[in-house]
Amino acid sequence: MEQITLKIDGRPVTVPAGSTVLEAAEKAQITIPRLCYHPDLPPVSACRLCVVEIKGDRLLRTACSWKASEGMEVTTSSRVVRESRKIAMELLLSRHPMRCTECVRNGSCELRTVADQLGIREIRFAYNERKGFLDTSSLAVVRDPGKCILCRRCVQTCTMVQSVSALGMENRGYDVWVDTPFGKGLGDVACVACGQCIDRCPVGALYENSHIQRVWDALDNPNLHVVVQTAPAVRVAIGEEFGMPAGSLVTDKMVTALRRMGFDKVFDTDFTADLTIMEEGYELLGRIKNGGTLPLLTSCSPGWINFIEHFYPQLLPHVSSCKSPQQMFGALAKTYYAEKAGLQAKDIYVVSVMPCTAKKYESDRAEMNSSGFQDVDAVLTTREAATMMKQIGINLAELPEEEYDAPLGISTGAAVIFGNTGGVMEAALRTVYEVVTKKPLDTVEITAVRGMEGVREAEIDLDGLKVRAAVANGLANARKLMEKIVSGEANYHFIEIMACPGGCIGGGGQPVPTSLDIRKKRADALYRADRGLKIRKSHENPAILKLYEEFLGEPNSHKAHDLLHTHYTAKTVYSE
Amino acid sequence: MHRIHILIAMDAHTISQGARSIKDAMTRELALAGLANEVRVVETGSLGIYDKGVVLVVFPDAVYYVGVKMEDVTEIISEHLIKGRIVERLQYLDMPSGEAKAGDKSARVSKQIRVVLKNAGIIDPESIEEYIANDGYEALGKALTEMTPEQVMEEVKASAMQGRGGAFFPTGIKWGFAAREKSEEKYIICNADEGEPGTFKDRLILEGDPHAVIEGMALAGYAVGAHQGYVYIRGEYHMSIARMQRAIEQARQQGLLGKNIFSSSFSFDLDIREGAGAYICGEETALIESIEGKRGEPRNKPPFPPSVGLWGKPTIVNNVETLANVPQIILKGAKWYRSLGTENSPGTKVFTMVGNINNPGLIEVPMGITLREIIYDIGHGIPEGKGFLLAQLGGTTGGILTREHLDLPLAVDTLRNAGAGMGSGALLVVDDSQCLVDLVKTFVEFFVHESCGICTLCREGNGRLLELLERMTEGKGAAEDLHLMEELANAMMRGAFCGLGQAAPIPVLGCLRYFREEFEQHLQGTCRAGKCELHAANEAAA
Amino acid sequence: MHDLNKIDEIIQAYADTRTPLIYVLKDVQKEYGLLSDEILTRVAQKINIPLSEIYGVATFYSLFTTTAKGKHIVRCCNNAPCHVKGSKAVLDHIKSYLGLEMGETTPDGTFTLEFTSCLGLCAVAPVMMVDNEVYGNLTPEKAVAILKDYKMKGTSHA
Ligand SMILES: Cc1cc2nc3c(=O)[nH]c(=O)nc-3n(C[C@H](O)[C@H](O)[C@H](O)COP(=O)(O)O)c2cc1C
Ligand code: SF4
Ligand code: SF4
Ligand code: SF4
Ligand code: SF4
Ligand code: SF4
Ligand code: SF4
Ligand code: SF4
Ligand code: FES
Ligand code: FES
Ligand code: FES
Repeated sequence: MEQITLKIDGRPVTVPAGSTVLEAAEKAQITIPRLCYHPDLPPVSACRLCVVEIKGDRLLRTACSWKASEGMEVTTSSRVVRESRKIAMELLLSRHPMRCTECVRNGSCELRTVADQLGIREIRFAYNERKGFLDTSSLAVVRDPGKCILCRRCVQTCTMVQSVSALGMENRGYDVWVDTPFGKGLGDVACVACGQCIDRCPVGALYENSHIQRVWDALDNPNLHVVVQTAPAVRVAIGEEFGMPAGSLVTDKMVTALRRMGFDKVFDTDFTADLTIMEEGYELLGRIKNGGTLPLLTSCSPGWINFIEHFYPQLLPHVSSCKSPQQMFGALAKTYYAEKAGLQAKDIYVVSVMPCTAKKYESDRAEMNSSGFQDVDAVLTTREAATMMKQIGINLAELPEEEYDAPLGISTGAAVIFGNTGGVMEAALRTVYEVVTKKPLDTVEITAVRGMEGVREAEIDLDGLKVRAAVANGLANARKLMEKIVSGEANYHFIEIMACPGGCIGGGGQPVPTSLDIRKKRADALYRADRGLKIRKSHENPAILKLYEEFLGEPNSHKAHDLLHTHYTAKTVYSE
Repeated sequence: MHRIHILIAMDAHTISQGARSIKDAMTRELALAGLANEVRVVETGSLGIYDKGVVLVVFPDAVYYVGVKMEDVTEIISEHLIKGRIVERLQYLDMPSGEAKAGDKSARVSKQIRVVLKNAGIIDPESIEEYIANDGYEALGKALTEMTPEQVMEEVKASAMQGRGGAFFPTGIKWGFAAREKSEEKYIICNADEGEPGTFKDRLILEGDPHAVIEGMALAGYAVGAHQGYVYIRGEYHMSIARMQRAIEQARQQGLLGKNIFSSSFSFDLDIREGAGAYICGEETALIESIEGKRGEPRNKPPFPPSVGLWGKPTIVNNVETLANVPQIILKGAKWYRSLGTENSPGTKVFTMVGNINNPGLIEVPMGITLREIIYDIGHGIPEGKGFLLAQLGGTTGGILTREHLDLPLAVDTLRNAGAGMGSGALLVVDDSQCLVDLVKTFVEFFVHESCGICTLCREGNGRLLELLERMTEGKGAAEDLHLMEELANAMMRGAFCGLGQAAPIPVLGCLRYFREEFEQHLQGTCRAGKCELHAANEAAA
Repeated sequence: MHDLNKIDEIIQAYADTRTPLIYVLKDVQKEYGLLSDEILTRVAQKINIPLSEIYGVATFYSLFTTTAKGKHIVRCCNNAPCHVKGSKAVLDHIKSYLGLEMGETTPDGTFTLEFTSCLGLCAVAPVMMVDNEVYGNLTPEKAVAILKDYKMKGTSHA
């Protein structure tokens, strides 16, 4: 790639052509303050905090958008620059409700960080708080627009990354505002609850609908048997909440922490991820054999399920009838596990720790109650789980390591990679291949479906049966595939879709910040976890085999259908 | 063939004074008097006389009548048209157009040169024949039959004409950027958004001589290789839209728009796009967003429109006045054009004189004229014997000129040195009875309302400037406020996203520079002019 | 409930126009008087642009309205050229005559009072616009007399 050299604050820096001044400054170890810039998104250059001086230019330029060029001379902190940034920051702060001590982003707020970086010690403008109504209409995402600094990252995310457009810009000038149309609230528009907007928000204007209090109440209730399940993607991210680097794999420390919080059993969603592969794998084979609706679309991402229900209801017959691993777990906890442990379903309280906000919505779905009780009672995001740990004085990084409880804590490498985009596909193919060909796989790792590109395709030869597969992450990418199905262009057998970029490791409930770089580190950690496990194929999980033997019979049996499968509801984008 | 033409000025000014019903009455009465075949009543654009009610002119006598009321209609018909006697009590002798006879030597005529406005108020803007009869479409014919696109571009470059949209960027150079782009699809956009307070020149050009703009756009299209143009007209300009629509249809009928114009291989067509009420859509990238059906928010630049514009294609955005100059440059040559105006600012400039001035309205003068000549000779000075406080040139984003600038030649370079600019050509004259702080507040209120709201410095900055000024006029200001205002204004000027936020503080800083003591007086609780809330509060307290 | 079928016709009329949203909204507003939730939802469905984006456009431009307004919209100019010719006194008089602040509508639904930005009629400043009619050279008394006229006739002058 062509390289260019420019001078930043007097020092030469060489960067690839096309780099922004911000990227070049980063390379020169200069942190330029920024609030509206996010590495996942094109620059909007709204906040004006990243301004720099460029020699020969009267205007200050925003480092987030301005391209570096050969021979350019940049000054990143002249007096003019400092004053301009300070004024911009004071303007933002003078309208911001500074209630940091009661704010979900108290410890991770970019506005606070940048204010500190700029050395703000007084705000000279009269205080004039931006008034906004708390939007609590959604089961997943809460909006506190009063705290919004109008960086537009959430709007860009919702429109460009997710192609959902639940949020938009409204009004103009001093009255500009981020909102749902006609102020309906997120719960009353076609928001898919993915929480990606939360991940991008620099401040506490967007956060999850908290279940922390419910969970404490359950834990404090002596009559309840409280079990917890942890999703695959949580173990490679929760460490970040305790200052550990992205990509730290902390499965066993997390188990210890959860036990110390008072959960009666610490189980793993990975167990039902393996089960999902069995059920979904057999469903796929069934459809191929019996001429069922193809391509088969995966169903384990509730953000994605919300999306297809709203935007492509006509394609619902393509979706696998499997519940997500979270819901399968809940259903089994209140039946299979209850039986084994001699408990009654009504006395079992199921908590999930999820990388996901959409799972809060999913757990509330009326149809998710195969045991006669709601499958899952409370869903904590990775962030909420960390908050609860902190509340009782746990520093995860320092904990000893413990193991999951059996049997719902036993799982394989196939399950752990569920948290990555392409992971469900890979896990399914590992099983489907061996079931169909009755031969062991040469290499367990199917790298063709790995990676971070938005849409990926692969063809796998199952003894002459060529299975064409596609993988999409992020809903704008999912939309592309759906358009292909609608137009009849798609000739796939199997499509994996995850609502969030990178899959669940980049989920809306994960630690903030998240970026491509961080997502890659988390994804690598999951692949590492897979490699570290002895059993790496779902159909070899002894606990799963036992579950079929003792309880379910066989994959896609009548009982399996009752407990582990569901149906979907066609919805519209707009309520009429 | 009609013996007599009555041109009745039909612009928003005169319509607001009842021109429409006068025209109807005139037509009706003429029919009753049996003159329908002899006298033709024609709507024309502005005749350049404002503030004088309904205006009409009787040709071939070139007699101007102003303040015409319903009851005057029959008198004009029976006296002037039938008996040939001028109705003196309605006659206007201070004619705006150089073409007018009657031995007028008023400054308004002698200082003006009409290039852009040569047809406005002279021809029937709804008649393409009249435009053609006045050399119309000759430039286009010449270009398409005798010149290559490069030659057209070279002529415009050689004329050194600078765009009249406010930034005064050399038009030929801008065209060059787009011509260079290899693309089948390119666009010419005429910027007729004209939202700058005090400015109405583009409207009067559109309403008075729409074909000149069409011809200019076709020439631009030929030069850069574009085949489609859009005229983006402010949504509030109902009549401009209607006139332009009609003109486009006529040009199409005559084969002057459409395929193979003048039997050449060049094709070019035009459509109108309407604004929906947003000053920021005058900014060229916001305008493009608006045509694309979006919120009128400016784009991050670069890339600039000549490389990536409308629907991602190379696009030239030019002002109405700029485009109206082009046919004349092609017809009469760059050399002729450069003989007008000054060395660094060739050509004429259309100004709109507004505010505290006796003779408000539209004028076209050569570059290099002084403020004093405009205000006192052409504009007849300030009413009620009041003194001159300041002039703001270029609309609400314009710089502030004071007494010391009265003899400054108005040209792009001289103004730049004085910290001002020609901008849109609006000239707001303010007399010394006005409260300065109150006036500045009015400027800022405009920007609070018209900021698009993307960027912190402009969205919040204008809001806070207004608040600081309000505090001042309410007697609640603090000594540090002036310094804070300056720091904020300076940050906006250099750090805002687009031209709006960058220009908004110019008049604020200008007033602070020349009239600081007035701000200080307000902070101390007195107002010289006695017009603002501070004064009211003081009165109430007393 | 409005009859929303007109919306489909309007959109159809722009079938050949690239990016027609703003023109569609203009015509729709002309037809229905406002751009309500129900109306914009129909537009969104038919034109295949997200409602949030359409709503963003509808609230950006000042000629669009998403709420019902009075029968007559009085738009007063208070930009600098009108200001120095006394628009504030005119405006104050109108406000007290109508008993309204800016942006409000009279309880009987006759008048809505708003600002307009400069209409380019500054040569006859101060200026106001009632519906689509403009009035120049206003004095406080003249302005109120014009509004009284509207009130009495209950119809527009046009
Ligand atoms: C806030 C703002 C408003 C503007 N309004 C107008 C306008 O109303 N008309 C216009 O011709 N140019 C306007 N401009 C300038 C245009 O962006 C652009 O420079 C101009 O149309 C180019 O035409 P020209 O090269 O013929 O001057 C505006 C610029 C800004 C920043
Ligand atoms: S968003 Fe940041 S600055 Fe605002 S209250 Fe929360 S922590 Fe404080
Ligand atoms: S940061 Fe400052 S203001 Fe905030 S809680 Fe601590 S001491 Fe109080
Ligand atoms: S949760 Fe997802 S769909 Fe809902 S507003 Fe946020 S980004 Fe958009
Ligand atoms: S809600 Fe958050 S992400 Fe969205 S614009 Fe406001 S501050 Fe930015
Ligand atoms: S990709 Fe994962 S985190 Fe995102 S919505 Fe789906 S399940 Fe939730
Ligand atoms: S300077 Fe003002 S108008 Fe321009 S982008 Fe910023 S907010 Fe919008
Ligand atoms: S006293 Fe009032 S009117 Fe006079 S200058 Fe001050 S604010 Fe303006
Ligand atoms: S980070 Fe560059 S303007 Fe906000
Ligand atoms: S919830 Fe299973 S990893 Fe996403
Ligand atoms: S300032 Fe009021 S019409 Fe121009």
